Amino acid sequence: MTTMPPAAVAADPVETVAGTRTPLPRRRRERSVAASIALHGTLVVATFIALFPILWVVLSSIKPASEIRRTEVELFSSPTLDNYRRLLTETDFPTWFANSVVVAAFTMVIGIAMSATAGYALSRFNFPGKRGLMWVFLLTQMFPVAILIVPIYTIMANLGLIDTKLSLIIAYCTVAVPFCAWMLRGYFDTIPRELDEAAALDGLGPFSTFWRIILPLARPGLAVTAFYTFLTAWGEVAYAIAFMQGSDHYTLGAGLQQFVPQFSPRWELLTAGAVLITVPAAIVFFFAQRHLVAGLTAGGTKG
Amino acid sequence: MRKSFDKHWYAWAMVLPTVVVLGVLVFYPLVQGVWQSFTDLNESNQREEICTRILGGAETCEPNPDAARFVGLDNYVDILTGAQGSFWLQLTNTLVWTLACVTLHYGIGLGLAVILNRNFRFRGFYRVALILPWAVPSFVAAFAWRFIFDERFGIINGVLRAVGIDPVSWFEQRWTSLFTAIVANVWLGVPFMMVALLGGLQSINGDLYEAAEIDGATPWQRFVNITLPGLRPVSSTVILLGTIWTFNMFPIIYFVTRGQPAGSTEILVTGAYRAAFEGIRDYSLAATYGVLILSILVVYASAYKRMLAKQGEVF
Repeated sequence: MTTMPPAAVAADPVETVAGTRTPLPRRRRERSVAASIALHGTLVVATFIALFPILWVVLSSIKPASEIRRTEVELFSSPTLDNYRRLLTETDFPTWFANSVVVAAFTMVIGIAMSATAGYALSRFNFPGKRGLMWVFLLTQMFPVAILIVPIYTIMANLGLIDTKLSLIIAYCTVAVPFCAWMLRGYFDTIPRELDEAAALDGLGPFSTFWRIILPLARPGLAVTAFYTFLTAWGEVAYAIAFMQGSDHYTLGAGLQQFVPQFSPRWELLTAGAVLITVPAAIVFFFAQRHLVAGLTAGGTKG
Repeated sequence: MRKSFDKHWYAWAMVLPTVVVLGVLVFYPLVQGVWQSFTDLNESNQREEICTRILGGAETCEPNPDAARFVGLDNYVDILTGAQGSFWLQLTNTLVWTLACVTLHYGIGLGLAVILNRNFRFRGFYRVALILPWAVPSFVAAFAWRFIFDERFGIINGVLRAVGIDPVSWFEQRWTSLFTAIVANVWLGVPFMMVALLGGLQSINGDLYEAAEIDGATPWQRFVNITLPGLRPVSSTVILLGTIWTFNMFPIIYFVTRGQPAGSTEILVTGAYRAAFEGIRDYSLAATYGVLILSILVVYASAYKRMLAKQGEVF
């Protein structure tokens, strides 16, 4: 797509890897008290809105069911871990969780492997079919779930894969890989080509150059890819509901909705489940977030 | 040919797995989906053969007399005239939904990015806190917002009651219902925009600002004449991607409004999904929806590209 010179990142990827420097275009100056209050005020409000839903769900999850079903607003009332105990012992939630872990982990590993190799080839080599492939990657972003899901469902059914984790892993890779390959290609572009040339002079083949020189330098990009693929698999619902049939095969996306049927939803189980689902995502996020700005923007916006 | 293979085999080897998977699981299904939209395929007529097992274990198969057949443009006519489904209502919802979400994503994301690009105390904390919604899986966020807007036990109505305003039955009216979904999606989508735009801001040369300041440009002039043009490449990409993603955003509508009241807040993607997997599974109807959605997006993307090209942007 458009060419943006990610000056700061391109100049010195190694330094960004360490995350030690965040370039600021403007130097710090004296700011008037009023401006300062306005700035922090806006940020406090924004942060409150960003965090409040998460906080509210966490607080609700430690209320007894009877307290959730009260109309008065109370932040705390007789906190208990009973919802979690019931969720983990009386429902299929642990099975769904385990299923999701397997699916997300495999999607992440396979997705990174595929998108990193493809992204590297797109970044470094001029080969016939390259431009076409780039377009295809962009085009796949446009495919609505609605047009692919039925044919993929039929293919999976013919292969006998419906109701298996493998069907979901494959489907999620097709969703995540094009975007990740695109993003990583942009990231590889910011790593100087001279490194490849030096490696070739030292007798490294293209594959070992990729594996031993480029991949270690591309860690911020890879971290973002990992985050993205994991979250894609962890949070996907449409394929999960369509493909998985028995409750013991459900992933979290398909399972959680069972707690909130149209009538008499069980918010106490849902909120506890929501917290437990978000924790692994937040952990992955925590490791990737340092790299988010550098990795995503160097890649996602360069083409 | 031989020479070309020798020269490029490793590049091809590296892209091969991706190409194979995309070919088998994106393009083959795509072709099949387009084909299905011209048939009357549904749950009951999807078998091409009917096999009967006779005593002794042998199996005889004969062609299914009721198998799905080619029906030409019937599905398209049915959908566009409103004989089946409610395409135009869902299209209106989709357009309102996409426009509102993308505008708010971009506006709020840009505002926060500009603020975060300055230097001040606790900047790191704010940055992480503001990106955090991104880490919440979308269906979890959908349920969380459904819970927050819940008519009887939700905190929004709780607060309204506490300050003496009548609680709102959010999911009983089309626009209030759609509003809840938009709020949920804006909450979820702002961090991506913010991060992308923040990266764009950091790549703008700081000298430009200094030169403008020396020339006496006001902060607003600097924003309009330096920041916005400098962000152009990033903006054009994220707006295009954001529009496509929002247009196809499935879980928020599916779980927050659930189409309530009575299917009037369904967008095209959720409408297609319900056609395919709820009630009598009408696969051909869903496929037709899919083709229409894809056509709309392709037209939009090429118009967008042309518009950028006209403004001198090389896409």
